[in-house]
Amino acid sequence: MARMKFLCDADRCIECNACVTACKNEHDVPWGINRRRVVTLNDGKPGERSISMACMHCTDAPCAAVCPVNCFYTTADAVVLHSKELCIGCGYCFYACPFGAPQYPRVSNFGTRGKMDKCTYCAGGPLADGSAAEYASYGANRLAEGKLPLCAEMCSTKALLAGDSDMIATIYKERVLKRGYGSGAWGWQTAYKETIAI
Amino acid sequence: MRFSLRSLVATFAVAMALFAAVPAFAQQPSSVNPTASAVQERQLLDALRAGTPGQGTTLSGRITIPDASAGNLIQPQGQAWRVFHQGAMHWIGAIAILGMLVLLVVFYMTRGRIMIEAGRSGATILRFSTFERFIHWLTAGCFIILALSGLNVTFGKFVLAPLFGEDAFAAMSQWAKYAHNFLAWPFMLGLVFMFVTWVVHNLPDSTDVNWIKKGGGLVGSEHPPAKKFNAGQKVIFWSVIIGGGLLSLSGVYLLFPEWAGGVLALQFWNIIHGIVAVLLIAAMIAHIYIGSIGMEGAADAMTSGEVDLNWAKEHHSLWVEEKMGKGSIHPHAAAQPAE
Repeated sequence: MARMKFLCDADRCIECNACVTACKNEHDVPWGINRRRVVTLNDGKPGERSISMACMHCTDAPCAAVCPVNCFYTTADAVVLHSKELCIGCGYCFYACPFGAPQYPRVSNFGTRGKMDKCTYCAGGPLADGSAAEYASYGANRLAEGKLPLCAEMCSTKALLAGDSDMIATIYKERVLKRGYGSGAWGWQTAYKETIAI
Repeated sequence: MRFSLRSLVATFAVAMALFAAVPAFAQQPSSVNPTASAVQERQLLDALRAGTPGQGTTLSGRITIPDASAGNLIQPQGQAWRVFHQGAMHWIGAIAILGMLVLLVVFYMTRGRIMIEAGRSGATILRFSTFERFIHWLTAGCFIILALSGLNVTFGKFVLAPLFGEDAFAAMSQWAKYAHNFLAWPFMLGLVFMFVTWVVHNLPDSTDVNWIKKGGGLVGSEHPPAKKFNAGQKVIFWSVIIGGGLLSLSGVYLLFPEWAGGVLALQFWNIIHGIVAVLLIAAMIAHIYIGSIGMEGAADAMTSGEVDLNWAKEHHSLWVEEKMGKGSIHPHAAAQPAE
């Protein structure tokens, strides 16, 4: 099976936020939650770069390790998903995540966290693939339809790549060699303990 | 003349254009390297790691979402918190709680139950008023549920999940979380009441020094004099006030993350909450032991509030002397003479 990953080519990202919008629209993500976001580093200075970031679907995911109810699981495609049936909204995955991916809808004015929500790599959740219940809880399941995550598919400059690790690493490597520069595979070292050697 | 002026202007314009073009031309050599000024993840992380203590290794930038914390791109410190929570926290909790249980079993086997040496007198004296007992049990009842639901978050998946199955365990944990979040408030109220009611009796004084020197009656059979609270009880009081205060502070931050100021603060408060909690649980296990099976007559103080006069004389001699002067002794209707 494939080892699915995201790769944001910061030298191509133009901070158009289409990935953020596509994600929110595709999955009907509730108010106040952004499964994907675009961060601009060194804004207005030489060397400014924008990076689109979401759950990186880590190898040996910290969220899964600290979850008190074991609600996380890793699919055969190495996508890290979670069950909102089991999630108790304790906040531990948020403390552990290096990418700020887990978010919680506020279910009451008393500060109670709701069920955690995060990027599913457009792969739904533990409910039946493509079911209405799955859509309501986790959003669209594009992977089950043989499609890649919409954020990457929508990307106007093809900065955001989604797909099998080897395949997107090869594409990125070719780009870097051809243009002669690249600011690296953002988050890979943190998420996968490896990066792309050029 | 006119013609030559125009040609002069034209020549000047061409010269200016060339002058401007030369440096522009020079800026486009084939060896340009845009990466030289581009931000590199590894460089940024290394730079952060090297300097600015307190900032950690958070990579952050500008974001259009109206949530400043979403501007944090990468913050690998979560991995350190994970290592603590899945490693040291388990050990600290297990050693503190199981260690205290082992200590108490050993103490019970060597010292046995601490009996009223003079036996029950039959006469009683009011030790705790209804209000005092109410705030004790308000805080204690909340604490027991808070402790169990808190331990469940750290240890439940190893101990209870295999017994109940994932679904039942998750449903139970959900209710435990609600209980934890909501009972925190009456617990904090109880802390405030206990502090106000009992602080005057818990200020350290010279009797405590003597009490500690003589081992508090825990070792040996001598009963050093004590006022309403002996030094051991004062330690319990201040453990509850300070420990409970830290648990409240850290708990409120964890409950309202926006007040804590970022994920690094939440990791810190979670560590404080966890360590203080297991230490206070260990202290409360000892408190429950000595208030129940560990000592004859002690439990009366928090049930009926009326303790046996002989028990009071042995454990709180100075307090009894003070009370005797006020005539607070309640002889039983069917008083038995002390044997």
